Amino acid sequence: MQAANNPLAVTFFFVFMALTLGITYWAARRTRTTEQFFAAGGQITAWQNGWALAGDFLSAAALLGIAGIITSNGFDGLIYSIGFLVGWPIISFLIVEPLRNLGKFTFADVVAYRLRQRPVRMAAAIGTLTVILLYLIAQMVATGSLIKLLFGLPYTASVIVVGTAMLTYVMFGGMLATTWVQVIKAVLLSLGGLVLALLVLAHFDMNPLTLFSAAADKYGERVLQPGSKVAGSGWDAISLGVGLMFGTAALPHILMRAFTVPDVKEARMSILYATGIIGSFHLLVFVIGFGAMVLVGPEVVTKAGGGGNMAAPLLALTVGGNGFFGFICAVAFATMLAVVAGLTLSGVATVCHDLWVNVVRHGAAPEREQLTVARIATVAIAVLAVVLGIVFEGQNVAFMAGLAFAVAAAANFPALLLAITWKRFTTAGAVASILVGTFASLLLISLSPTIQVDVLGRNLAEVSQAWWFVPMKNPALISMPLSFLVAIAVSLVTVEAGAEGTFREMRRRIMFGARREAYAGR
Amino acid sequence: MLSPDRITLHEEGEAIARLSRTRARVAVALSLVMIAMYFGFMTMFAFAKPTMGTILAPGLSLCILLGAGVIVGSFVLCLVYVVWANRFYDPAVRRLMN
Repeated sequence: MQAANNPLAVTFFFVFMALTLGITYWAARRTRTTEQFFAAGGQITAWQNGWALAGDFLSAAALLGIAGIITSNGFDGLIYSIGFLVGWPIISFLIVEPLRNLGKFTFADVVAYRLRQRPVRMAAAIGTLTVILLYLIAQMVATGSLIKLLFGLPYTASVIVVGTAMLTYVMFGGMLATTWVQVIKAVLLSLGGLVLALLVLAHFDMNPLTLFSAAADKYGERVLQPGSKVAGSGWDAISLGVGLMFGTAALPHILMRAFTVPDVKEARMSILYATGIIGSFHLLVFVIGFGAMVLVGPEVVTKAGGGGNMAAPLLALTVGGNGFFGFICAVAFATMLAVVAGLTLSGVATVCHDLWVNVVRHGAAPEREQLTVARIATVAIAVLAVVLGIVFEGQNVAFMAGLAFAVAAAANFPALLLAITWKRFTTAGAVASILVGTFASLLLISLSPTIQVDVLGRNLAEVSQAWWFVPMKNPALISMPLSFLVAIAVSLVTVEAGAEGTFREMRRRIMFGARREAYAGR
Repeated sequence: MLSPDRITLHEEGEAIARLSRTRARVAVALSLVMIAMYFGFMTMFAFAKPTMGTILAPGLSLCILLGAGVIVGSFVLCLVYVVWANRFYDPAVRRLMN
């Protein structure tokens, strides 16, 4: 079943492209400074930013992937839904206010605030770009195969179409265009999810419990109970949880959105809205997954290919007909575009603001030069994403998204938290913590069954005998505490008087922001 | 000997430190509740599967109830923080500024 010969799907697709390109044209005329390019001039409202955060964060995996897992495994899919949500309160309580008031374009602004700029920026760029590239590869490969599945477009062509569209949004429209692409996508995705869930519930007296018990009658009570296939078991499940919770709280493309709103209050409100939108959406996906289980059947979904990803589209076809199927396919496409655009923009901010301006140019570069560097970086990252997307065709890269969260949790989160809370934190501590967090995560996963068995295809019984074998598929439970430990130990053996001296000043700025009068005038 | 200017500056510094500590206490307390809630759930998922699989009513197992509870609870905690920050913290910051 494909949407290629579905005129409605193709129409929705062209309407979406026309709309977003129109917005990009409009945004391009309002993108003249770096402040506008990276932060939309700080003029985004809390509501817009809340929807844009949801649009930035909810990938195709949130609808298609999780619905597919629920359809074939039942309850276990909810573990991912919950994991993707629980980092948001942490952002709200610990991160967003210091971030908004200390930073300009990237979270490295906050880590480097009291410390020596160049070493911290270089280390932060390594952590950030690792996260962005892993996440981008996972998204591009998923996008290529999903568009092939949904629209029948060849894989390479799909990856190039997505790469070109995201390049256009980011290069010409910067943060303003990216924000609107994300807002439109999040609204369409939530609307599609809501209608789909309601159409399902209409078959079950509008009562989710009737739906779940129908699923239990058909496939046994096990579908309502925790299994062990999906999320691993024991400590591995805890490790997955650590990566998802603290990784979400330190994803560069999410943190970057805190700079697009006028002040701390709006930033705080936008996180609340995003949490509400993402949480509600995941509850809808739970209903959609069980709907597909009962109304479509896991066998049919498996036969449709794409590793279960067709559960939600096939359900749309069953309960809403051809037109709704076309709509859901087009929404899935919009979803992928919005996520890769957000990722690319945050990669560009790191290359331009952290590396070029603060490392190469020692903190000062003319606006025009910065924008030129930003646009060159956009082209470079887009080309890299497309090339890597093509290179990794057909490879098992599903682990890369999870790894991106684990690296964010181990490399970015400890440095970010300690920079704003601990007076004794030093440059050496920050650099060591970021590097250890990044490389420990990469090393641990390459010695784990994720790489050894799932990717390299070795025999589990055989590799588990090796002395270097790491029995956990998710590295965060080890790599994040290790990163904290290294940060604290290295900071304690180094002394940085300058960093301690500016702690009071930083605390003041966390409270009042950069522009004191802006706050007082409200 | 402190001049009058330096005394007010000193007092302001103290007030900032106090408010900063209050915010930190609220933020850490809410984070700990969040962490306890989520890792409590994950620990039960990982190590107490039979209990989590208890069927409470037709179509409702303990894990579904608790899972939905964690999702709703995350939003409620965010809401608590936002209400506190808007009602108490922001006005206190504004008072300090003027």
